[in-house]
Order: sequence, then C-alpha cells, then structure tokens
Amino acid sequence: MAQVPRLRRGFRFQWEPAQQSHVLLYPEGMVKLNGSAGAILAEVNGSRTSTEIVELLERAFPEAGPLSADVEDFLAEATRQHWIEWL
Amino acid sequence: MSGEHETVGHPLWLLAELTYRCPLQCPYCSNPLDYADQAHELSTRQWLEVLKQGRAMGAAQLGFSGGEPLVRQDLPELIAGARGMGYYTNLITSGLGLTEAKVQDFAEAGLDHIQVSFQASDPELNNALAGSRKAFDQKLAMARAVKAAGYPMVLNFVIHRHNIHQMPDILALCEKLGADYVELATCQYYGWAFANREGLMPSRDQLVTAEATVNRYRTDLLGRDHPMKVIFVTPDYYEERPKACMNGWGSLFLTVAPDGTALPCHSARLLPIEFPNVTEQSLEDIWYRSPGFNHYRGDLWMPEPCRSCDEKGKDFGGCRCQAYLLTGNADNADPVCGKSPHHDRILAARTAADHATAGLEDLIYRNARNSRVICRG
Repeated sequence: MAQVPRLRRGFRFQWEPAQQSHVLLYPEGMVKLNGSAGAILAEVNGSRTSTEIVELLERAFPEAGPLSADVEDFLAEATRQHWIEWL
Repeated sequence: MSGEHETVGHPLWLLAELTYRCPLQCPYCSNPLDYADQAHELSTRQWLEVLKQGRAMGAAQLGFSGGEPLVRQDLPELIAGARGMGYYTNLITSGLGLTEAKVQDFAEAGLDHIQVSFQASDPELNNALAGSRKAFDQKLAMARAVKAAGYPMVLNFVIHRHNIHQMPDILALCEKLGADYVELATCQYYGWAFANREGLMPSRDQLVTAEATVNRYRTDLLGRDHPMKVIFVTPDYYEERPKACMNGWGSLFLTVAPDGTALPCHSARLLPIEFPNVTEQSLEDIWYRSPGFNHYRGDLWMPEPCRSCDEKGKDFGGCRCQAYLLTGNADNADPVCGKSPHHDRILAARTAADHATAGLEDLIYRNARNSRVICRG
C-alpha cells in the first residue's frame, strides 16, 4: 500500500547556495537539511509513491545499498514534524 | 572568500520594517518612542534593491513588518519582487486595512504566509488595547480569509498582565480559527513596552498558571495528533540566565528600518551606536564591515562578569538593549543574569509586578502625540 507524500501547504523546499544545502522553509522558520534528507525531499513531488522514491534513490546512489529503511525513517519523522502529508 | 566571511555568518533573516505608520496604538509597540519624528520611508525601488542584495548574501526568510505594512501601497510589488528572488515571504500584520481581495492579490503575487496579530480573545479587551473600536471583528474576518485562501496561518497574541488570564480562551479561539501556529509572545520590554513595563509585566503567579495551561493544551493537541503548534515566549525577567539575544549580535538577523537604517535587531536603534543606512552603503559593507554591526560581535568587548564566564559562548552576555535600558551601559551583562551586579533591578521589577494595580487607562498608548510628548520631554 504505497502512498504518495507531499509537502504541506506553507512549506517550501529549496537549495540555498549561501548555505550549500537544501532547506525547508515555513512561516518564520527554516530547517537546514543534511545531504540525505535533502536528496529524499527533492523527490517528494506529490505524485511519486514512497516506493518509487526509494527505487529512484537506489538507482541514483547504487553505492549506498538498500535505502528503504532510511527513506521510510525520514518520511516518518517528516510526518511527525507535520512537514509532509500523505495522499 | 575572505576571512571576515568565514567568521561572520550569513544574514539568513531579513526584517523589512516598511513603515512606522499604523492605525493601532498598542502600548507595547516595538517601534522607537520617537517614531513620529522619523517619517521618511525608502522608495519601492530602494526596497527592491535592499531585498536583492540581502538575497544575494543568503537571506532566505523575509518579514514585511512595520508599523502596519499594509499602508504601503506598493506591497504587492514588493511581495512579487521578493518571491521572484526566492525569499520565503512573511507578512506580519494587524489585519487592519486587509481585505479578502488583498489576501487573494498577495497570494497571486507569491506571498507565502500571513501572520495576524491579536490583542486579546474578546472584542472589548482587544479593542481597548489596540485603541480601535472595530479591530477585533476585522481581525476575525481576516483570519478566516487567510485560512480560506489556503495560507499557513500563524496567529500572534502579545501577552501581558491584562490578558494572560485569557490563555484557555485564546488557545480555543486559535484552534477554532484553524491556526497552524500560535505565538503567545509575552511582551519584551523595549520601546513602548519598556515605558509601560509596570503596567504590562505579569506576576510570577500569573505566569506559572499560564504556562501550566499552555502545557496542558499542548499535551492535549499531541494526544489528538493535531498539527497546531503553540509557541509560548515567556518574559526573560523571570529567568536567572539571559537569552542568547538574536542568536548573537550580527549573527543571523538584519533589520532595515523604514528610513533605511540597518540594525542587528529591531530594538537596537535605542542604543547610542551609529548604525549604517542602506542608502549610503551596500548591505554587504553594512553586514561585514560597518562599525555598528561589528560592535558586539565576538567577546572582546565584554566586561566582567561576562568576560570570565564559561557561558558567554552560549548566551553572548544576553541582550545589549536590555543592558542599556536597565544599567545605562550597553556593554554590561544583561541584568537578567543572576551574576550581574545589576540583577537587583530585575528583582525589583518582579516585586513591582506582584503589587501592580495599574489599569488599561494608565498605559501610555503608542500614537504620534505621545511619541512627541515623550521624546521632547
């Protein structure tokens, strides 16, 4: 039962050259994302399922091995933080 | 990259105080007491240039504030410009002057978020504090319009001794309006709030009760997996260690006042320091090289007890404005600190709060007449 995650309204994900990192922006706040969190959120577009996101990242980073657990953990945390919601 | 860029961080937050004009008269306004004599405002073109320079230096969060930013007729143009540059754009407003049409126009211009401030949870107290008979109904209508337009909604309540007892009603109202974030910001005693401190500061008992209410409500929200986040800023006058004000002087925050004066925080204008102006220098020169912004960077400026304190890297000696207002010298340790030789002034304010009897009618309201009276003595 693969579901589709998307950013909640009011959250914006973007690359910040000055910080050399992806960030998540929201009302009067900003989270600086580490490399893997940035890579995962970059694939969250409101149409890909979490399974498709895992497959895509595993193809992009073959040296990293299986990524399913890492992706699921991060998406669970992002859900708990109310950054993303599920369709 | 030069050395100065390596030791000084990026100005990630830019606060654009577009104007000091405002239809309300809140007695805790953070604008300078002499705002009425500082009517000059940057032009649209000048603001867009400031925003462009800030963005190039790494600013990502942008607040449009004031005064009441809605009185600027060029606000849609500034929003569109800022959004196009990649800012996350926040409009910090009283809601007065806002209409459903403007809420829509701003969304089309790319505005990310509107924060509506309230003075209280009921019309009578709200309107008395704001100095406006229609304020509360207008705020309710605009909060609903903001929500209906799909913005994330932040509701801000400035908390003080006259409304702190309303905490349960305030939280219930916020949830009913569908707030995503609630900021319960106890007055910080600068600007007009410092002039009115005795009439605003809650007693410790009031504060303890309010904190317990907020914590119960948070637990309840968590139990319901409700996404509303509640932020309660308690007054530092009840702390024993000072706040790490602005995360350090000239570390993250850059405020530009209506006339282009650049400040490390929106209160710093009260300090006896010369601050640069964006009409005379580039933002890059201002942030990295101006004497005003370098004044309290690092810790070489610190006298005792801060100089030898093992917490100086954590709290930076507290707030320079508070040190100045309470001791007459901005270099001193923030008197909130129990180690400060001036801590007795904080203790005296606490005692005064336990015995205060002043009513709403005793507060000095923020308007042009009072501004001129106070500042010309």
